[in-house]
Amino acid sequence: MTDQTLSEAPSVARKRYEDTVWTEEVAFIDRIPRGIAMVGLFVGFIVLWQLVYLSGLVSPLILPSPLETGADIVFVGKNLFSGGYMLTAFFVTTQEVLVGFVIAMAIGFSLGILVGETSFGERAVLPYLVAIDTMPKVAFAPLFLAWLGFGISSKVALAAFIATFPIVVSTAAGLHAADDNARMLFKAMGATRWQTLFRMKIPTGLPHIFTGLKIAAVGVMAGAITAEFLGGGKGFGELIRVAASQLQTPRVFSLIIYLSLLGFVLFWTVVLVERRLVFWHRSTISGVDGGR
Amino acid sequence: MTTNLAMVAEGEPAGDPRRPVYELVDVTKKYGHVVALEPVNVTLREGDFAAVIGPSGCGKSTLLKIMAGLVPPSSGAVVLEGQPVKGPRREIGMMFQQATLFPWCTTLENIVLPISIRDGRAAAKKAEKDALELLELVGLKGFEKAYPGQLSGGMAQRAAICRMLITEPDVLLLDEPFSALDELARDFMNLELQRITSARNATAFLITHSIPEAVFLSDTVYVMSARPGRIVEAVTIDLPRPRTMEMMVEPAFGAFVNRIRSLLDKGGFL
Ligand SMILES: Nc1ncnc2c1ncn2[C@@H]1O[C@H](COP(=O)(O)OP(=O)(O)OP(=O)(O)O)[C@@H](O)[C@H]1O
Ligand SMILES: [Mg+2]
Repeated sequence: MTDQTLSEAPSVARKRYEDTVWTEEVAFIDRIPRGIAMVGLFVGFIVLWQLVYLSGLVSPLILPSPLETGADIVFVGKNLFSGGYMLTAFFVTTQEVLVGFVIAMAIGFSLGILVGETSFGERAVLPYLVAIDTMPKVAFAPLFLAWLGFGISSKVALAAFIATFPIVVSTAAGLHAADDNARMLFKAMGATRWQTLFRMKIPTGLPHIFTGLKIAAVGVMAGAITAEFLGGGKGFGELIRVAASQLQTPRVFSLIIYLSLLGFVLFWTVVLVERRLVFWHRSTISGVDGGR
Repeated sequence: MTTNLAMVAEGEPAGDPRRPVYELVDVTKKYGHVVALEPVNVTLREGDFAAVIGPSGCGKSTLLKIMAGLVPPSSGAVVLEGQPVKGPRREIGMMFQQATLFPWCTTLENIVLPISIRDGRAAAKKAEKDALELLELVGLKGFEKAYPGQLSGGMAQRAAICRMLITEPDVLLLDEPFSALDELARDFMNLELQRITSARNATAFLITHSIPEAVFLSDTVYVMSARPGRIVEAVTIDLPRPRTMEMMVEPAFGAFVNRIRSLLDKGGFL
């Protein structure tokens, strides 16, 4: 009874309003679905390429047609998947990149911890690292070639050399990321320096560290290929150099595309490991950054 | 300095039979040339609840860190259970304004962290049973597997209480533990804190900016001056225990609040 009187409102009849359901306007460019957007952009690029090719403004020796390039991509793909000489070259470069990356991580983490955790590292080691980091590291390639010869090790060295610095810097920065409360808490718990480092500072710094690893993953590729350009060898870089010197432009393009697969896989491996380890980051309310 | 001593003595009835837990004698602190603390003298006896109130930057947190053995004093003596404090001690439990839970550990792992650090992971595993009981005590049952990112501010702060209690500390050092919480949550936490300290007969030292909170929880409220910090007066709160929320509207309660406010006003600190 009371329910009814309440819900049916007072004696004054209530005016009926229209439902105020409305949608927010989204601009066209924000509305295109991902798949269509990506395919569209790709097709547009190919069409533009074809148009430039047809216009005759650029010599076909420098810029092949998309079709030629496509055919060459298939050719190189067949060689790779049938285990041809290109696959061997691909493995050589893969090896350089992976070994270089592992070495860069080993040195990068060690130096990063030295610099980020100890005053000695920060006072004495860091200035030298900064000095070297500001140099164009590719310029060291002739040195590595002279020291290590034209085999795989000089390529590994340059790849590792380039990739080490972002890891050092990000590790050192990551170790400074922990806030005063977290430090105080660990101190109050009677934690040793190692415990504080491994159970608080490093986990807190992981988002930084992974940023550095992603930059390193890109740098290690650049290092290996540059060293191959300059110092020959049996890798993919050498194939690219030879193809370019013979004005086989479609080949250069298709080799670059397969090479980028290697970089892509390396990069995404880092990203996947990051997602596993740093699952907690950006959970907006985390007491550690005090951002409650 | 002599007046200071006299005032502290005034706050404590002579011949108190309870064991002194904490003794601070002429503790000072300088950061370079900046004097953060002028000589502080405080004695806390077993089961005492003391609060410090004072303007921002007067050295309250500094005092607490010195008591906890996290920062050395520039001069003076800090004695806990008859032993000079020269570093972090097991008998001490601490809590800060931020919960500071580690987001890569579950709530349960966060709570047993102090055990894990001190006694290793095996001991931490054994302590999980106690941790679950503590979680239930603060109303967080069922959240042991949740990550801190899934807890609200008040829930995180309650988890931080559990982490403080897991080592069964005799002394609680609290630096504005609830000041990031809304007033309702804060009242609730204060009742909770009173229950916990009296059940364990724990000695507690609380820093706060809230006069009613200080009066509600404490046996003694130390009023500090602006920097350089100095204890201007120790106000004994002899309201009966357990304190209830209803008591906060009683005239006796209001009188204490006014007294402390006027002490702070007199210094022109607020
Ligand atoms: N590590 C430090 N180095 C130099 N000066 C410091 C340091 N820590 C604190 N101080 C100074 O000592 C004084 C007291 O600081 P403290 O943190 O103890 O104040 P507080 O009373 O806790 O303030 P609040 O109420 O804002 O938390 C401040 O003026 C501060 O600038
Ligand atoms: Mg403070």
